[in-house]
Amino acid sequence: EDAGEARALYEQVRILCWVMTGPRTLETKARHVRATWARHCNVALFMSSEADERFPAVGLPVQEGRHQLYWKTIRAFQYVHRHHLGQADWFLKADDDTFLVAANLRWLLAGHSPERPIYFGKRFKPFVKQGYMSGGAGYVLSKEALRRFVAAFASRACTHTSAVEDLALGQCLEKVGVEAGDSRDTWGRETFHPFPPESHLTDKFSQSFWYWSYCYYPIVEGPQCCSDLSVSFHYVSGEQMYALEYLTHRLRPYGYRPRYRP
Amino acid sequence: MISESSSFVKGVVLGGAFCVVVTLLGHIKVGHGTKAHHHEHHHIQAPNKEDVLNLSEGERMELSKSIRVYCIVLVKPKDLGHWAAVKETWSKHCDKVEFYSSENVKVFESVALNTNDMWAMMRKAYKITYERYKDEFNWFFLAYPTTFAIIENLKYFLLKKDPSQPFYIGHTVKSGDLEYVDGEGGIVLSIESLRRLSRVLEDSDKCPEQGGMIWKLAEDKQLAICLKYTGVFAENAEDSEGKDVFNTKSVGALIKEAMSTHPQQVVDGCCSDMAITFSGLAPNHMHVMMYGVYRLRPYGHTYNDALVFLPPTGSDND
Repeated sequence: EDAGEARALYEQVRILCWVMTGPRTLETKARHVRATWARHCNVALFMSSEADERFPAVGLPVQEGRHQLYWKTIRAFQYVHRHHLGQADWFLKADDDTFLVAANLRWLLAGHSPERPIYFGKRFKPFVKQGYMSGGAGYVLSKEALRRFVAAFASRACTHTSAVEDLALGQCLEKVGVEAGDSRDTWGRETFHPFPPESHLTDKFSQSFWYWSYCYYPIVEGPQCCSDLSVSFHYVSGEQMYALEYLTHRLRPYGYRPRYRP
Repeated sequence: MISESSSFVKGVVLGGAFCVVVTLLGHIKVGHGTKAHHHEHHHIQAPNKEDVLNLSEGERMELSKSIRVYCIVLVKPKDLGHWAAVKETWSKHCDKVEFYSSENVKVFESVALNTNDMWAMMRKAYKITYERYKDEFNWFFLAYPTTFAIIENLKYFLLKKDPSQPFYIGHTVKSGDLEYVDGEGGIVLSIESLRRLSRVLEDSDKCPEQGGMIWKLAEDKQLAICLKYTGVFAENAEDSEGKDVFNTKSVGALIKEAMSTHPQQVVDGCCSDMAITFSGLAPNHMHVMMYGVYRLRPYGHTYNDALVFLPPTGSDND
């Protein structure tokens, strides 16, 4: 096996992953993230409302709960900006039930400069002109985007407008000139996914399901829903984290030449 | 006193006769009349990485094409959902796959065996397979519709094994004296084993159609008994770390077990990197496996594999 290109990208496209978690799910969910995909990030941080030296988890000055989600996000990005800015080029937020493939995120970002104000994720279309990124599927800010976000709060160009973290963030980023990027692969297939693989591959979403009216790009159900080089899936249980880690990084069909070879 | 002892003797004789009758009817003759090998367990390993370097692209394609696997999937109408999933997923990677069903089903093409009994189905399927395909394939893989198989990994596993030798490979289980391949994990026979099997299937003493009058043995055990008479023994397939490559459980079930037995090493301890089968899968899970095995991967890794397999035509989920 030759992992040369993966290793080169690891050095060139540095990713800091911060995982939204909390005291109640640290050991039940975040633990499995720590044991699996977090290891592939250049830097991995676990953001909670309570510091935990052993885990380790950062204690942010917020309360737990959906109504505090945007505050937690703001504080987390401020923390990362203050303590870790020099350690990475791109800054990803994920939930503790998001599964991530860091190598594919690096491939996606390799062609973009971190000095460009841009962010990527699963793009939704309502409410924000250029669209915004689904929180659960994970989103990643360039270094410049992070700088602008933090500066916007310092100057009060952006304030805490609502608890709906992904939407509020999307609105702020649009305001400060951060571009909503197109994260699809070279065949136009999505890479960030707001549901687990099984849902995207096998479910037929009902026409009245909100998802149909939210997606920025046309929805594809079945095998073409998802890129071979997918970056994320959401609503992934602890057990599924390990299963996905095994299927992605360990099990492979010997000698098989895939159809998609970008 | 004489009448008491003669009753006693009669009792002993009657009891002995009954015992013999029960034994004959139950066909518990394993180990008698065969030259028993004194192996406790048969293990068989995957090729080494070093075995396979330094081949040209042309040589690799030739080598890959020389291993031809025919897949038999035993199905019943009640398995329609699983049958569809198998048809749409992994079975496309067999050199040829045929579904052998208990009865004709309108929706799908199959070889109708006109019997519901699993052992009878298995016998017929193997017989038909040998008659029709003995000159076209060198390896024969039998699976149930709840199994997912990675044929490329099967071919790699068989890379240095001579099909003119009697191989009978899978996930083995010991039941008393008998070591057999668990059907759930998939059963691999070389052409030589299939040849010997097709002959012994005609022998109603050694390999009867009725498993036994008192109690029926499962078809995978029956198969092992018949093969044993021909000198073919089950071997458990393992990778270089000793991990099973044929699994009778799903990835999810094996991960769950690993989470409780060695929570610090779940992925490392769970399953082989070159696993061939998983079982107990629902139809949806087959589609997830297809994506997870053949498509989802981390960018930036290349491999120097001895074999080359191209995606099948007319497919888009691999």
